[in-house]
Amino acid sequence: MGENMFDSFFSVVKKRFNGNNDDDSRETVKCPRCQSPVLLQKYEELHRVCPDCNYHGRLSSSERIEITFDEGSFAELDGNLISRNPIDFPEYPEKQEELRKNTGLNDAVVTGTAMIKGIKTVAGIMDSRYMMGSMGSVVGEKITRAFEYAVENQLPVILFTASGGARMQEGIVSLMQMAKTAGAVKRHSDAGGLYITVLTDPTTGGVTASFASLGDIIIAEPKVLIGFAGRRVIESTIRQRLPEDFQLAEFMQEHGFVDIIVERKKMRSTLSHLLKIHGYGEA
Amino acid sequence: MDEKKTAWERLQLVHAKGRPTIRNYIPLIFSEFYEMHGDRLYGDDRAVVGGLARIDGIPVTVIAQVKGRDINENKNCNFAMPHPEGYRKALRLVKQAEKFHRPVICFIDTPGAFCGIAAEERGQGEAIARNIAEFMTLRTPIISIVLGEAGSGGALALGVCDELAMLENAEYSVVSPRGFASILWKDASREEEACNIMKITAEDMLRLGVAETVIKEPLGGAHNDLDKISENIKEYLSLKIREKLQKDIDELLKERYTKFRKIGEFTEQAGFE
Repeated sequence: MGENMFDSFFSVVKKRFNGNNDDDSRETVKCPRCQSPVLLQKYEELHRVCPDCNYHGRLSSSERIEITFDEGSFAELDGNLISRNPIDFPEYPEKQEELRKNTGLNDAVVTGTAMIKGIKTVAGIMDSRYMMGSMGSVVGEKITRAFEYAVENQLPVILFTASGGARMQEGIVSLMQMAKTAGAVKRHSDAGGLYITVLTDPTTGGVTASFASLGDIIIAEPKVLIGFAGRRVIESTIRQRLPEDFQLAEFMQEHGFVDIIVERKKMRSTLSHLLKIHGYGEA
Repeated sequence: MDEKKTAWERLQLVHAKGRPTIRNYIPLIFSEFYEMHGDRLYGDDRAVVGGLARIDGIPVTVIAQVKGRDINENKNCNFAMPHPEGYRKALRLVKQAEKFHRPVICFIDTPGAFCGIAAEERGQGEAIARNIAEFMTLRTPIISIVLGEAGSGGALALGVCDELAMLENAEYSVVSPRGFASILWKDASREEEACNIMKITAEDMLRLGVAETVIKEPLGGAHNDLDKISENIKEYLSLKIREKLQKDIDELLKERYTKFRKIGEFTEQAGFE
């Protein structure tokens, strides 16, 4: 997938958000976390961070690349992988075809090499617009190849996770992607490579229970949802309402599963410093 | 194999009262068994049993998910749904097995990892992820057997192995059929339909490269002849353990990685770049 595909996606999003009415500048959105109304223009300027509660909203993979990596440095790997239909689930190919058309993505993760302040990394960015970022054959294969590429080229890996978990439509094959990706992470780790996970909204299910939880350093954005089981599943098991802050980044940090909570505007510099501390990018 | 049964019929069989559990099998498959408790971090999860045993004279480490045979046993073992400490106990014991060069045998029999507040607070996702990654490079042979149902990541946490066997009526799925119907169709009552299209039988696992062997059950199911099914499991394990112990460990680890590495169905379309 080339850069222009990202560009065309961008314009679609902007058009949809801005609409045709003259009153653009006063259009508001509701923060999904605290429910306060926020001027859309302001929300976009802040890269979808709620000015009231600091919830860090969902970004497309192309927006994430733009605000994180050096301009024009992202070079995609394995952009041409397309999922098949391993359990012959009805209408799965048609659904994917439609999503490919609407998002310009081929599946729920984009991988490649990219620079952060001149330091070369292997990067993976999940995109929740594509079947809720779920992991099937293509996500599993691309993440695995990204780690294998990083081992061969002695590069650090940075993954931005966003996923509802395993891709149900691929059945047991999607579950096995957890083993495949975790195995590749382990090999990269055993080879001495640095792996930084950035947990974004939402990171749950089979992705939490595989590569997302295996970073040497685990970063989360403020107020994002992180967990294994879904909130509704837990509520129906225990038959009681869960507290508001349950499974948010701050809760997960308090319980010992997140190293640092980093705001979006500081992500790029934080990542570059962490890379440098590990000796990457030093002559 | 009895080809006539549907996935749904097999699921009824593995859910039926009287289906043998690991507690039935241990004395019939192993000649000694010393149960070892606790994860050394938080507690002892009774949904997972672990210990040292001998099979055919060979010392092994056994890890198993424990289903109850009645309501009291089930309360005690939380219906075979482990908390993080169950997975961490398993990890502690398999690391010990690696140290003493003992093969590991895992018996999978769970609807899934427990979904609850405490499980989330203690890092259910992290515990499963850690096991999957560590089992992948554990320097001793690992054989896993699915006894009844194997649900989701909670099963896979004991499922990274050199060879996976399924009992003939056992099933392995990404989520329970009920969960599948409720997630994809917003209608949990379509459980049976989900079950039959999800491709979760032993035969499906062979075809999809997830399992290598199906262990035959006595006519009508494992509960009809406990001695016979135990003998079949023991015969399989004795053979496989000897086979894997003879392999060079680096070769074995390469094959273990490849077993999972090659699962996935996709195409690489030319001219997309």
